[in-house]
Amino acid sequence: MADLTTDFVGIKSPNPFWLASAPPTDKEYNVRRAFEAGWGGVVWKTLGEAGPPIVNVNGPRYGAIWGADRRLLGLNNIELITDRPLEVNLREIKAVKRDYPDRAMVVSLMVPCEEEAWKAILPLVEETGADGVELNFGCPHGMSERGMGSAVGQVPEYIEMVTRWVKQNTRMPCIVKLTPNITDIKKPAAAALAGGADAVSLINTINSITSVDLDLFAPEPTIDGKGAHGGYCGPAVKPIALNMVAEIARTPELAHLPISGIGGVTTWRDAAEFMALGAGNVQVCTAAMTYGFKIVQEMISGLSDYMDKKGMAATSELVGRAVPNLSDWQHLNLNYVAKARINQDLCISCGRCFAACEDTSHQAISMSPERVFEVKDDECVACNLCVNVCPVEDCITMEQMPAGAVDPRTGRKVAAEYANWTTHPNNPGAVKAAE
Amino acid sequence: MDAKALAEGVIAGRLNADELAAGFTDLHAPLTDHEAVVAADRCYFCHDAPCITACPTDIDIPLFIRQIATGTPDAAAKTILSQNILGGMCARVCPTETLCEESCVREMAEGKPVEIGRLQRYATDGLMAKGVHPFRRADPTGRKIAVVGAGPAGLACAHRLAMKGHDVVVFDAREKPGGLNEYGIAAYKSTEDFAAREVDWLMQIGGIQMQTGKAVGRDITLEELRADHDAVFLGIGLGGVNALSAPGAEKDGVLDAVGFIADLRQTPDLSALPVGRDVVVIGGGMTAVDAAVQSKLLGALNVTIVYRRGRARMNASRYEQELAASKGVRIICNASPVAVHGNGSVREIEFEYTDDALQPTGQTFRLAADQVFKAIGQSLTGADLPDLAGGKIAVTGAGRTSLDGVWAGGDCAAGGEDLTVTAVAQGRDAAEDIHAALAT
Ligand SMILES: Cc1cc2nc3c(=O)[nH]c(=O)nc-3n(C[C@H](O)[C@H](O)[C@H](O)COP(=O)(O)OP(=O)(O)OC[C@H]3O[C@@H](n4cnc5c(N)ncnc54)[C@H](O)[C@@H]3O)c2cc1C
Ligand SMILES: Cc1cc2nc3c(=O)[nH]c(=O)nc-3n(C[C@H](O)[C@H](O)[C@H](O)COP(=O)(O)O)c2cc1C
Ligand code: SF4
Ligand code: SF4
Ligand code: SF4
Repeated sequence: MADLTTDFVGIKSPNPFWLASAPPTDKEYNVRRAFEAGWGGVVWKTLGEAGPPIVNVNGPRYGAIWGADRRLLGLNNIELITDRPLEVNLREIKAVKRDYPDRAMVVSLMVPCEEEAWKAILPLVEETGADGVELNFGCPHGMSERGMGSAVGQVPEYIEMVTRWVKQNTRMPCIVKLTPNITDIKKPAAAALAGGADAVSLINTINSITSVDLDLFAPEPTIDGKGAHGGYCGPAVKPIALNMVAEIARTPELAHLPISGIGGVTTWRDAAEFMALGAGNVQVCTAAMTYGFKIVQEMISGLSDYMDKKGMAATSELVGRAVPNLSDWQHLNLNYVAKARINQDLCISCGRCFAACEDTSHQAISMSPERVFEVKDDECVACNLCVNVCPVEDCITMEQMPAGAVDPRTGRKVAAEYANWTTHPNNPGAVKAAE
Repeated sequence: MDAKALAEGVIAGRLNADELAAGFTDLHAPLTDHEAVVAADRCYFCHDAPCITACPTDIDIPLFIRQIATGTPDAAAKTILSQNILGGMCARVCPTETLCEESCVREMAEGKPVEIGRLQRYATDGLMAKGVHPFRRADPTGRKIAVVGAGPAGLACAHRLAMKGHDVVVFDAREKPGGLNEYGIAAYKSTEDFAAREVDWLMQIGGIQMQTGKAVGRDITLEELRADHDAVFLGIGLGGVNALSAPGAEKDGVLDAVGFIADLRQTPDLSALPVGRDVVVIGGGMTAVDAAVQSKLLGALNVTIVYRRGRARMNASRYEQELAASKGVRIICNASPVAVHGNGSVREIEFEYTDDALQPTGQTFRLAADQVFKAIGQSLTGADLPDLAGGKIAVTGAGRTSLDGVWAGGDCAAGGEDLTVTAVAQGRDAAEDIHAALAT
């Protein structure tokens, strides 16, 4: 069985599955049970400064969107950082770390943007024996209005400044958690690196309104007739998170910055995808909130199974494997030609591919009176829409045309050599780019 | 075990009230809101969906299921009812396993079709429970049309004609409207007086005058109807039953299955309805299964269906055969009745095995029977009808008969499938044709 132990910026854990800073890690009771269930580490729910604790709303805090069978696809929340007293959290962190020395214990922090505040809290965290800190620059609601969370995370200069304070005031590794509510994720990542961060973690939640109550005419979750934007997470945000992780991983100046991948990780496969794009480990919140701690068992068995099949002995062999294949559109091979193929043995004749292609694409699927669906190669542009709408897995596939074959759509021979847009005759900038 | 359970002869009260109530409850329980949403989620919203093609009334199934899935079941009901005004009854009685659900792509994919029938019931029940009638009559046309027979064909025809603004008079020989919905369908398919409630709901369209207890041919002639109306629709079903030719068939206790079922449907108290200890049903269709299953549910100890041909030729679907088996009914195939024995009343019935060409094999056997139900087919009755073809009224197009201004549909018309849903389709289509003919 593959070795799943990871060493993330010097923090060791028996597997790469950590619980993200959120309700699952808000107290000793939860974290002990999470460790019993098998989680490799936790990022404790974000702590604020000493004094009167934060207050949360007393109405609904979450909103959601669902797929078929009411499968939860996206979750939105208007919760704040921990609402329990600082000293209680610190005492519990210490007790749990003492009992689970082999698990990663990272403490998430969010205090005002003043050096004194950070100087005050860091020694208290160090004293618990925690393995590291994560700076929450991501929370999009409630705290940002107070000049914390994403209010800091959206200004690279602040990130760099706060990170530097932290590095100057503690020996613990420092992970900077990034907000996705910005245009270019590379900027805050570079700022974190400049400030001395050991790693970044991303993404935090995305500004969102999940739904509107059509009787009350108020956004949901609705509290006394009103609603506020919240933070979006869960399976729906995974594509956005993957892209942001990839953006950092493929930027040469940031390439050596370790990444903890977060956002919609629900199965071992999601985790493996984040890792292939450069994440050294992953953090999970919504999946645990949806299904409970037990899901980590599937993540562990699935990842080790996959690694065994691929002959990978350690997670380090997986991390970053897909990064060299991250490209830009203008560099994709325009001489690669494929056609959709329908496996008639698997086809259940629902006609969805036909409706999609006929109504909204290239009229490249034919339908016979007996409900046999076939691809018209002379029309098919290989857009993949039929594959995406077909309810039967692997029923429609994309088959590459061999070099030398004639594409019936264009009447041209498929060229063997690679050619992209930068040199394409239709590209007005082609000559320049080719130079 | 209660002594009555074993008692010989035809007696009432073999089962207690609780046992009867449990047996005659809904065959398929209605879906709850949650179940409906889960079931609706399974529909793929197929292009030019095969289930629509398989529905004799062409209900837009993917559309109505999507309307349920998106939280608008009343809109779903309207989608259903605009094609099939008896969508509520059809949801209960259609052999979906040979119609829409058989052709559902998820039947092909997983052997588990989308539960179209139950979803249809969910939507239509919801709307009907609110007492909403979603259609409005067009402005009166001043035309008057007679509809003979208040079964599914006649009701569907009358409703569509009334919707178009015509004045409709419905004549039915029986006391209550509904045809076989009221008198024939198995009790566990139409519970809680659904047939009557549905007729009342349908009549809310207005413009329909219901005259029950009026038989055409007895109380009024077809000629008179034609003279007094702009058009006539015949939806008279099949009033006669085929006779059993075996010697002894006249003995007491040898009964028509449809008559037994009608009594069962009309009795206010099932525990007062007598049934034999040993019941034999002769036939292989839906009527045979219904008579057998309901005998069993009334408390008959031994119930056997005997069919003269092979199993595969039975008109009762596989599903219905299994239903009968699950209730403890035994099915014997390839056997024909040759004699009914007994002294005044039937005591035994003798069969001879037949081969697949229906040739007698010489091997015989006897079954104990204190009741025998004949379910060997119904026939058209009535004089002065339009021309017939194969024992039924010959029709062309949307139910046009050999008589000018006379249309026919449902079981009485040639070429049908003898299902509630086909009767509805034919009644509806004839109404459209009548409307078009009157407009020119
Ligand atoms: C026992 C049994 C069970 C069945 N179960 C099912 C089932 O589960 N699912 C299914 O789809 N189908 C079932 N069927 C078939 C279905 O009931 C019929 O196909 C359907 O009712 C036909 O409708 P109809 O309107 O043509 O005729 P009917 O329903 O027979 O209605 C004809 C009406 O015309 C009236 N009438 C007849 N003659 C005259 C006259 N001279 N003057 C005035 N009125 C007249 C009758 O009183 C009756 O009300 C079953 C049939 C039987 C007998
Ligand atoms: C209810 C809730 C509360 C959260 N609170 C915090 C928090 O206190 N600190 C933090 O850094 N992130 C917080 N998050 C964000 C998560 O840690 C995580 O970044 C985000 O949910 C994306 O991961 P997921 O898709 O696995 O849920 C919270 C998320 C949720 C759902
Ligand atoms: S999840 Fe628990 S705390 Fe939240 S609303 Fe439901 S019962 Fe209450
Ligand atoms: S979408 Fe898939 S299953 Fe449906 S008709 Fe097309 S190929 Fe067949
Ligand atoms: S065939 Fe089945 S899945 Fe397709 S539209 Fe009809 S009910 Fe839905």
